[in-house]
Amino acid sequence: MSRYTGVDFYNLDALFTEEELMVRDSIRQWVSDRFLPLVNEHYRAGTFPMELVPEMGELGIFGPTLPDYGGAGMNNLCYGLILQELERGDSGLRSFVSVQGSLCIYPIHAYGSEEQKEKYLPGMIAGKLIGCFGLTEPDFGSNPGGMITKAVDDGDSYILNGAKMWITNGGLCDLAVVWAKLDGRIRGFIVENGTDGFSTRDQHGKFSLRASVTSELILEDCRIPKSHILPQVEGLKGPLGCLTQARYGIAWGAIGAAQAVYHECLDYSLSRVQFSKPIAGYQLVQNKLVWMLNEITKAQFLCWRLGNMKDDGSMDFSQVSMAKRNNVWMALECARLGRDMLGANGVTDEYSVMRHMCNLESVITYEGTHDIHTLILGHKITGIPAYD
Amino acid sequence: MEILVLVKRVPATDSQIKPAADGKSYDPAGLEFVLNPYDEHAVEEALKTKAAKEGTVTVLTVGGKEAQKDLRTCLAMGADKAVLLDPGQEFDGKSLSEALAAKVKELAPEIVFCGKQSVDNDDAQIGPRLAGLLAWSCLTDAASLEIGDGTWTGQRDIEGAKEVVEGKLPAVISCSKGLNEPRYPNLKGIMAAKKKPLEEGSAELGAPALTVIALTPPPARPEPTIVGEGPDAVDALMDKLKNEAKVL
Ligand SMILES: Cc1cc2nc3c(=O)[nH]c(=O)nc-3n(C[C@H](O)[C@H](O)[C@H](O)COP(=O)(O)OP(=O)(O)OC[C@H]3O[C@@H](n4cnc5c(N)ncnc54)[C@H](O)[C@@H]3O)c2cc1C
Ligand SMILES: Cc1cc2nc3c(=O)[nH]c(=O)nc-3n(C[C@H](O)[C@H](O)[C@H](O)COP(=O)(O)OP(=O)(O)OC[C@H]3O[C@@H](n4cnc5c(N)ncnc54)[C@H](O)[C@@H]3O)c2cc1C
Repeated sequence: MSRYTGVDFYNLDALFTEEELMVRDSIRQWVSDRFLPLVNEHYRAGTFPMELVPEMGELGIFGPTLPDYGGAGMNNLCYGLILQELERGDSGLRSFVSVQGSLCIYPIHAYGSEEQKEKYLPGMIAGKLIGCFGLTEPDFGSNPGGMITKAVDDGDSYILNGAKMWITNGGLCDLAVVWAKLDGRIRGFIVENGTDGFSTRDQHGKFSLRASVTSELILEDCRIPKSHILPQVEGLKGPLGCLTQARYGIAWGAIGAAQAVYHECLDYSLSRVQFSKPIAGYQLVQNKLVWMLNEITKAQFLCWRLGNMKDDGSMDFSQVSMAKRNNVWMALECARLGRDMLGANGVTDEYSVMRHMCNLESVITYEGTHDIHTLILGHKITGIPAYD
Repeated sequence: MEILVLVKRVPATDSQIKPAADGKSYDPAGLEFVLNPYDEHAVEEALKTKAAKEGTVTVLTVGGKEAQKDLRTCLAMGADKAVLLDPGQEFDGKSLSEALAAKVKELAPEIVFCGKQSVDNDDAQIGPRLAGLLAWSCLTDAASLEIGDGTWTGQRDIEGAKEVVEGKLPAVISCSKGLNEPRYPNLKGIMAAKKKPLEEGSAELGAPALTVIALTPPPARPEPTIVGEGPDAVDALMDKLKNEAKVL
């Protein structure tokens, strides 16, 4: 296959600074050299390449926008480009980084006490402490506000009871950010793995996101010190604030997956001869390639603008919903088209397209399903909530 | 220890090089340019040397404005400062190494690292020529390096053997791929690179000794012939390999 060079049909590179491009290219190279040679082995085994985590910490991709506690202090365009390149490798790699950064480092930084920040952030940013984010429950997915996991005040500790499900990195974590109701109000708690009453059970049988560990978290009379509550936030806006961060990254990540698919399909179609010529020479195939290029280019502009708005502070969560909704959908469509274009080869792991296709089925479900984002946008423009 | 690294911006190795209209140089249009891969090893070795011996790492290139990008990459990897010298004209190994020797005398490093060759014209002249002009010791094609007190010990992979050599500082070390694993510019390094000095000047090129007369693409590969399929084709294939291709 030809060397991966990304997709830039509209010379969007001209809109990025040299520094932003250097970040992108450095991560792109790392993914090519270090991650892609390992991905099939882990995808087949259903494991995450933990051996790469120290390098990822060294690169600085956990919490790169933070200016303190060891973060590089980069802007949000850089953060987006990093996630785009990671998901060009695999959605599982990007998920690992989204969970660590947007769902664990972010809430501790935004809602935590000074003591919590000092205790956890340097280790998490360096990749020495792995976090997971426990929001979803077996009976509460799209409607997390209905959660039944409970915290009870007991002198100088809280006692947690409940179960969380579909938790990325659950079985790998050193600490979990768990959302639970205290006197009926949603609060965030830091639960260290190893605490009595806290256990995890990995979920098997996934056809999707196989190079990522997904687990149940079980809380049975789990007693944690009072200092482990996140003091600065109450209510659903706590977890939703984290989700806005993570969805922002997913919107970028999806472009990476789509670009990987497009690159592979263009290459394949130029060399695969059927009937009299390379299949790239047939109108139906060109139609698919053009659809991909067209959608990728539009998605890039959405993200570029979104990143600028995030940096200048004007971004609204509903704009993030639009980008997550559009970009993951378009990436999944690209992968489905691309899978077909590779014929029988497209069903094997010698090519990446089916892996991306399967992964994107999770990505379109987690962090707000496609339809839930439709409802968020519908609510925004009509003022009428249609969730219930 | 003052450390200097010589680097060059070159077309990516998978580029399709097309001769320019003059028939003597290549057409840069549509090519992607990268830091010469061997130079990445030179930068890495310089950074490792700095970690062991302290001092500063300066990276230097002779090239156009666009090479600033490659210098910034080196700064992001951890080099301390960069120098960009504008050549103003075409150069060859002789004229370039004379310009470099002049600059080395001014910067007075104790050791100079460079790639063993740049993958654009593959001359492999700069390291040894520079050492010659400076009357310094020189390790070419370095596969390992140990720096002592005023001395160095290095290893080279030569045909069928490994050669261990030693020499005195100051030295020019031309670096090969086995020498180390170049680091990736990390995010903090990229942020820090912005604030590091990048000095610009012009190269005092000597007179060239070579003139390029022509640059032509390699001849097109002839259409492959399929002599047959399966075991039945073996005899015909052997015959062609022996009598036509004459490789057996
Ligand atoms: C691989 C993977 C990793 C995950 N990682 C995490 C993690 O780290 N942490 C975490 O907390 N969660 C995680 N999740 C869970 C994820 O966020 C949920 O799966 C998601 O929120 C959807 O919830 P659900 O699966 O319960 O589906 P449901 O909410 O039951 O939805 C099922 C279907 O009903 C639709 N639907 C629901 N409500 C409405 C409505 N009002 N109107 C119309 N349609 C509706 C949905 O759009 C969907 O199509 C992960 C999931 C996966 C697959
Ligand atoms: C699991 C599996 C089991 C199989 N079992 C059998 C079996 O038992 N026996 C057997 O004989 N075969 C079998 N096959 C092979 C299968 O029939 C072929 O994969 C199928 O015919 C497609 O051929 P291909 O894979 O070479 O794709 P290609 O023909 O290379 O097609 C690649 C893409 O190009 C498109 N394309 C091709 N030509 C044109 C054109 N002229 N214009 C526009 N688009 C074009 C195709 O639609 C496709 O999108 C199996 C395949 C699989 C995946």
